[in-house]
Amino acid sequence: MAEFRMPSLGADMETGTITEWLVKPGDTIAKGDPIAVIDTDKATIEVESFHSGVVTGLLVGLDQRVPVGTPLAVITEAAQPPSRTEPGPIATPPTPEAPPPATPSAGVPPSPVLSPLVRHLAAEQGVDLAAVPGTGPGGKVTRADVIRATPPAQGHPPRDGREAALAARLKASPLARRLASELGVDLATVTPTGRTGAIRAQDVRHAATGRTGTIHSQDVRRAATGPTPEPRPSPPDAAERRNGARQATMRQAIARAMSRSKREIPHYYLTQTTDMSTALAWLRDRNRDLPVSRRILPAAVLLKATALAASEVPELNGFWTDDRFVPGEAVHLGVAISLRGGGLIAPALHDAARLGLADLMAGMKDLVLRARGGRLRGTEMTEATITATNLGEQGVESVHGVIYPPQVALAGFGRITERPWAVNGLLGVRPLVTVTLAADHRATDGYTGARFLTAVDRLLNHPEEL
Amino acid sequence: MTPQQAMEMVQDALLQVAPEADLQAVPPDADFRDLLELDSLDFLAYVEILSEAGGRRIEEDDYPKVTTMAGATAFIIADRG
Repeated sequence: MAEFRMPSLGADMETGTITEWLVKPGDTIAKGDPIAVIDTDKATIEVESFHSGVVTGLLVGLDQRVPVGTPLAVITEAAQPPSRTEPGPIATPPTPEAPPPATPSAGVPPSPVLSPLVRHLAAEQGVDLAAVPGTGPGGKVTRADVIRATPPAQGHPPRDGREAALAARLKASPLARRLASELGVDLATVTPTGRTGAIRAQDVRHAATGRTGTIHSQDVRRAATGPTPEPRPSPPDAAERRNGARQATMRQAIARAMSRSKREIPHYYLTQTTDMSTALAWLRDRNRDLPVSRRILPAAVLLKATALAASEVPELNGFWTDDRFVPGEAVHLGVAISLRGGGLIAPALHDAARLGLADLMAGMKDLVLRARGGRLRGTEMTEATITATNLGEQGVESVHGVIYPPQVALAGFGRITERPWAVNGLLGVRPLVTVTLAADHRATDGYTGARFLTAVDRLLNHPEEL
Repeated sequence: MTPQQAMEMVQDALLQVAPEADLQAVPPDADFRDLLELDSLDFLAYVEILSEAGGRRIEEDDYPKVTTMAGATAFIIADRG
């Protein structure tokens, strides 16, 4: 038996709130499967399970704020993998219906051209995107369409459809199902004790009498009193309130991490000016032949150069823990993303040095959209080995960053801007970018940092290497 | 296409990228990238939506023409001949 605990999703996280369970008691999960959606002070994050097994209990209810380390769910190692049939002499209890593979949201997967904002809204409102008529350009489903399709809040909480769909694929014996409907018990709240994680009749009776110890009391109450409408506020209200509250907590989270950084990390700073004309000309040629949707931005080129330089100078790629430097296994590049309404988050683009430029661009797009409107994943919050900030987007010439602990370096890019520049004894006008490195002097010396900036410069002047 | 329709197309594209934007507060001749705090990714998304809606690819060389609502509206209408 294992406990799934509130994970620490970054140096600045102290508490988290479960806003959605992606599993129900009885679900079989593998290590790495998304298990819950957690709101932190900074973002909405989908967290993965560290264990494989059957979920036998959810310990914390929705919208409860709990400290890092609090047990959230109980995962029992499966006696047998449910996908395999038992070859032994013991007859397996018949399962009335084979559950489809667990997916976090019900319905047909929405078309990938939809904006994540629209998808997020639809998920929040329990709207099936496949059933929504699109009025946007090209029949695209817009935000307004989703709002129109949202069922009225009164009497029919929008989550009902989703919960019904989830319940439908819970494994339960026919008797258990009949009993559940007679007793008004929501199967999703019942702890299964069947061999394959199926709900048995006695489990339903237990739930009805409130004798299941592992389920949050609110759920038990709900199970015992039947499916009466919950007094919980409708999801959009809750989401709005959370966003409002997040504005305040976001600053506190940033304050904690940045104070720690400046208190503990002796920063040193190096600066380098790089001529971007070769890179931009190369990019322009390349983009001319690509569909608009696959255009590559200079920002992606800067990130790729950073990731490659970090793999060339591994002393800057990793963590300072317990008074020593621990190198990262790969370059997981933290991308500093400013959030609408204020605040900052730097999730990781995994293995960025090995991503092709097109994949890196797609990954960056996806990361930014999810950071701003959707969900990030737990591993993205914890695994960054070095961070890049591209504050040039906001028009500044250069940025001397504050390292995100326990990382040891941060690369900063200013705005690409045309300036006079001497080349081979002649003065010309070139697009230039100021690249800076803030690095932890405990882990490296300026000489190492200089090698990094030299590598970035070389790579940007030879974009075909990217 | 009327100028009104073209303007609506531009506004719709902007609202898809920045749903919370108050476009009434954006002067037609102002660079909306600054006012709406759009970064290069946002702007690319806007170009992508507008290219699709307008039925013609906006080249990178055309970018300076479509950074204001008035400019983008004129660009779309001119394109229709």
